[in-house]
Amino acid sequence: MTFVDLYLLPTLLTVGKILLLVVPLLIGVAYLTYAERKVIAGMQLRKGPNRVGPFGLLQPLADGAKLFMKETIIPSGASPIVFLLAPIITFSMAMIAWAVIPVSEGWVLADINVGILYLFAVSSLEVYGVIMSGWASNSRYPFLGALRSAAQMVSYEVSIGFVLVTVLLCVGSLNLTDIVLAQGENMWFVIPLFPMFIVFFISALAELNRAPFDLPEGEAELVGGYFTEYSAMTFALFFLGEYANMIMMSGFMTVLFLGGWLPIIDIAPFNMIPGVIWFLLKVCLLLFCMLWVRATFPRFRYDQLMRLGWKVFLPFSLFYVVLVSGVLVYMDWLPEIG
Amino acid sequence: MNSIRQFAWGILLWELVSGMWLTLRYFFKPKVTLNYPYEKGPLSPRFRGEHALRRYPNGEERCIACKLCEAICPAQAITIESEERADGSRRTTRYDIDMTKCIYCGLCEEACPVDAIVEGPNFEFSTETREELFYDKEKLLANGERWESHLAQRLSDDAPYR
Amino acid sequence: MTAPEFFFFIFATITVLSAVMVISSRNPIHSVLFLILAFLNSSGLFLIAGAEFLALLLAIVYVGAVAVLFLFVVMMLNINFARLREGMAKSIPIGASVGAILLVELILVLGAYGFRDADHPVLIAQPIAESGPTNTHALGSILYTEYVYLFQGAGMILLVAMIGAIVLTLRQREGVKKQSVPEQIARRREKTVELVKIKPGQGMGGEV
Repeated sequence: MTFVDLYLLPTLLTVGKILLLVVPLLIGVAYLTYAERKVIAGMQLRKGPNRVGPFGLLQPLADGAKLFMKETIIPSGASPIVFLLAPIITFSMAMIAWAVIPVSEGWVLADINVGILYLFAVSSLEVYGVIMSGWASNSRYPFLGALRSAAQMVSYEVSIGFVLVTVLLCVGSLNLTDIVLAQGENMWFVIPLFPMFIVFFISALAELNRAPFDLPEGEAELVGGYFTEYSAMTFALFFLGEYANMIMMSGFMTVLFLGGWLPIIDIAPFNMIPGVIWFLLKVCLLLFCMLWVRATFPRFRYDQLMRLGWKVFLPFSLFYVVLVSGVLVYMDWLPEIG
Repeated sequence: MNSIRQFAWGILLWELVSGMWLTLRYFFKPKVTLNYPYEKGPLSPRFRGEHALRRYPNGEERCIACKLCEAICPAQAITIESEERADGSRRTTRYDIDMTKCIYCGLCEEACPVDAIVEGPNFEFSTETREELFYDKEKLLANGERWESHLAQRLSDDAPYR
Repeated sequence: MTAPEFFFFIFATITVLSAVMVISSRNPIHSVLFLILAFLNSSGLFLIAGAEFLALLLAIVYVGAVAVLFLFVVMMLNINFARLREGMAKSIPIGASVGAILLVELILVLGAYGFRDADHPVLIAQPIAESGPTNTHALGSILYTEYVYLFQGAGMILLVAMIGAIVLTLRQREGVKKQSVPEQIARRREKTVELVKIKPGQGMGGEV
């Protein structure tokens, strides 16, 4: 009886909550691939997928079915365990990050005190999927892709870290729910910290290996980058992980800068809409921006990428940290720490 | 002053913003895609597609087995054998085009004195086996019958410019 | 067994096993990967002990940055195992003495746990109470007040190391065709392109 009450029921409850979060997330990931193809097609005056189902809406399912049916090939020179572990790590890292993101008031799996650090840690662990796949494939292109990606992700984490510090200075808490609530009391941080928002957005693109920073998979010179040797479901896991990470980063940005689940203005027609809808709208807006950027800009050259990370973003974000803390101390706006 | 303005544009990411504005405007423009199997683009009367052997309106085949097309074919895709027919006219007994060799240059059509061999508007003739692409006289004549209205129209459209 | 105990044993077992694998596995890459596993599990142990800030810092700093560079270097190096084995016998005494010193230190630290007198009621800091300030807050308030000089000192050492690394690699070479981004951005069409109307048959008329 006590066992059931103490362990079994909470476990089942948690598993249920996780499913409630993960299943819509996976559907979202599937339709993000569809949205990407549609948006980019639109910006290139094309129509995008429109064959499978009405408006091509069943295309992601067809793609998924295709990848599921195909054979998983492990190259003969590869290290099989690491080779198979890499996509699993990428995918599960993208999933576990969602444990701390508050989708609405109280709608969060684990409301931990150091949520922002947890997200930062998870996003920095994602590099392992890439680097392990690059090494385990035992092939030149994946290896070069993995090396590029490792250097790139570690570099841009630094400026992401400083952006997080500026937000923390304004909130005085590492809890994501507190961050959103603090924005409700004052204003969304995107207004006072707008330059930091831009820095975070661009660094997030680099961290996600998204265009225009998708050098690790630069097909022009590296075939497919770190997942050149992957096929079928192993490839699908990389693919899903990458897009789930995009959604996760958008959620992270929404929480940090766009006021999470809060409505635009807290008056009648806007605050009637539930918080989840607001959260989803903001995430979709940011995702659209990511696709929009991909449709607009050409790929960076690697030295330009490193220059941007270390010589532009790092000094700029450091300067902004100093500026923000100076302003907060001078105006006596430092938050209460409880 | 100029450098200050440049710095201001740089810090505002002006070039990036203007680029993104451009793509956003394109996003709302009408799309140029043709829904291919259902919509097709216009074809020139000189379009060089699948070959056909034509007949005269009375049903007599045009080809007189002069072998000019065979001679001019740069890919040597055409093979012709001829014999005297019962009524004494010179006709082909064999007219083969190896469509896997053909480069669709249209020289056979140019060479033909009687407009017998022509390249029609059809480009959707893919097959599942290689053998199906070795066209014989029967297949070519069948093509001619099938596409005759198009072929005649195209020839007359193009005639003023020949 | 309660849930925390259960998880403690899981994390502890994996930590110890992967630590053993770090030194016993033949492939250096596998060693580094096991090291990362050990780091992650020890950060899990920190979490169970209630030190969530330290746990995540371990994950961010060691797993997210240091081990990546480590892995990077090991992957790029072409390690010759036969040569490594030959050198084994020479480095065993050094390794053994370092290990012995570490062991003695650990025993001293653990032995001091119960050691207290009137002046020092608690020699080893006690874990903070459940209801008290958060982990991060407690750590910050002690780091930036009591240990502020040590903290600044550590910062200075890192700064000096960083400047040293930059100075060592900074080389200005003459005549290298290097991209200058500000210069490129500052280029204007008027300065670089000249439109000339050329009359046919006359060319540029020798003006070039």
